[in-house]
Amino acid sequence: MSESDIQVAHIAKLARLQLTPEEEAEFQTEIEAILSYVDKLQNLNVDGVEPTAHATQITNVIRDDVSGKTQDREKTLANAPDVADEVLLKVPAVLGGAH
Amino acid sequence: MEYEAIIGLEVHVQANTATKMFCACPNNFGSEPNTNVCPICLGYPGVLPTPNREAINKTVLAGLMLNCEIPEFSKFDRKAYWYPDMPKNYQITQYDLPFCIDGKVLVEGKALTGELEPKYIGITRIHLEEDVGKSTHAGTYTGVDYNRAGVPLMEIVSEPDMRTADEAWAYLTALRQTMQYAGVGNCDMEKGQMRCDVNISVRPVGQKEFNTKTEIKNLNSIKSVHASIDYEIERQIEMLENNEEFKQQTRGWNEASQETYVMREKEDAHDYRYFPEPDLMPVVLTADKVAEIKEKMPETPAAKRARFVEELGLPAYDAQVLCLEKATADWYETAVATGADPKKVSNWIMTELLRELSDAGLSINECPITPENLGELLGLIDKKVINGRIAKEVFAEMFKTGDAPGKIVKDKGLEQVTDTSAISEFVIQAIDNNEKAVGEYLAGKETALNFLVGQVMRFSRGKANPNLAQEALKEELAKRG
Repeated sequence: MSESDIQVAHIAKLARLQLTPEEEAEFQTEIEAILSYVDKLQNLNVDGVEPTAHATQITNVIRDDVSGKTQDREKTLANAPDVADEVLLKVPAVLGGAH
Repeated sequence: MEYEAIIGLEVHVQANTATKMFCACPNNFGSEPNTNVCPICLGYPGVLPTPNREAINKTVLAGLMLNCEIPEFSKFDRKAYWYPDMPKNYQITQYDLPFCIDGKVLVEGKALTGELEPKYIGITRIHLEEDVGKSTHAGTYTGVDYNRAGVPLMEIVSEPDMRTADEAWAYLTALRQTMQYAGVGNCDMEKGQMRCDVNISVRPVGQKEFNTKTEIKNLNSIKSVHASIDYEIERQIEMLENNEEFKQQTRGWNEASQETYVMREKEDAHDYRYFPEPDLMPVVLTADKVAEIKEKMPETPAAKRARFVEELGLPAYDAQVLCLEKATADWYETAVATGADPKKVSNWIMTELLRELSDAGLSINECPITPENLGELLGLIDKKVINGRIAKEVFAEMFKTGDAPGKIVKDKGLEQVTDTSAISEFVIQAIDNNEKAVGEYLAGKETALNFLVGQVMRFSRGKANPNLAQEALKEELAKRG
């Protein structure tokens, strides 16, 4: 993998992380080092090996459409940053979701 | 210059399962906020999602109804997602290996503003994902209800095959109809069970490549989709004519002003950073499994319309109206099964029944009249027990009371009078009370006879057999001529 393949500034923006210029430079070096280590995999001969997203051959781990236990609202809201109207999670104002 | 619009739709349909996509929380609209949630749909650390069999089966069924291929191998992926309506900060969806690919759906007949030639709209894919929660924006903050987060959501992506607002309207109508026929989704747009995003660009006729597109969101009804497309076509043509620069935008629809407005400029696709969902194993759907689902597949709306036209001899328009809802088509077929004439049943449904239902605010499932009783009513007309005018009166009574037509006719004494001596009395009354019309008829004005027949009907309170009345009148008038 070449250096230009990873841009910490861009990744940080996507991840909503605020980095100082020093941090950005530091992480850029570290991540490049990690990626070049992983890059050794490129030297493996994978001729005849089917690409896969999973290491195991397991498929169809599926459940029946039967309802089960839900969590008490109190418990759910206890983990929220704040509560609105006693029943909703309260978060900073958002406009326009992707859906 | 002449322009054409290139329109593709992304339609989200909630699968009407009992539980959510990856956990056992109820999939139920209208529950108390934040009660249908659990550690899995809230994305707590260490939990393990498991796909819902029924949601997969329903997606495959939807795909088969829309003429899709069902690949043997499918998998789930994660998509980065930063809005708080998804507690996990990612959404489980399908990226490159969805459950259904390469489908098509037929649009034809009467659309919202015009008539469509039959045309297939291509379906690129249907993938299965989880819905997000519901946000309520309160100005200074946003409130979130996670009951909907994790509800199975089918995303149906069309090819850019539509050219007009009417085609998009017909495509959406056909999709909703198909989902309802298949019983895989209720598609109530007001409840958010079906949502639609429009991708649209405009180009001069003859140009091969597509121009920059706009995506329209916040469309809450099929009618808004139609209106927003017409608005956007005009707006984009104006921009082209003025040589304005296009940026890829996401626009919202303002229902009140009937205009689109800029929401944001689109992020690049790779910003979603899809990667295979490590918590979920791939799904293999064997040919046997797909065949098993196909066996339970109901007739598609298009096939039903074609059968009504070919086998029952209905005009295409009748078939379109009757097949709009499966329940209406089923009701119609039950009435025809009583032996009644298919076209006559269709006429009664289209002119009387649907109007009565709409006036009463009832669905066909709540119809007070049974299809068997409509069949019986038509039988009474055929056997000349009642005439067409009385039949309408009986029909209104049937709708009001739910009683069988035979009972109503008997109770109210509405049998047609076919007894010639009884009819003769009405004929004499009509002649004695209408000297002027009698004079005109005798002077050669044939149309005066119709008036006199009407008078006979009036004296009989609608019960005289009109043909017998006419014969008796002619006979009696001949004596006086």
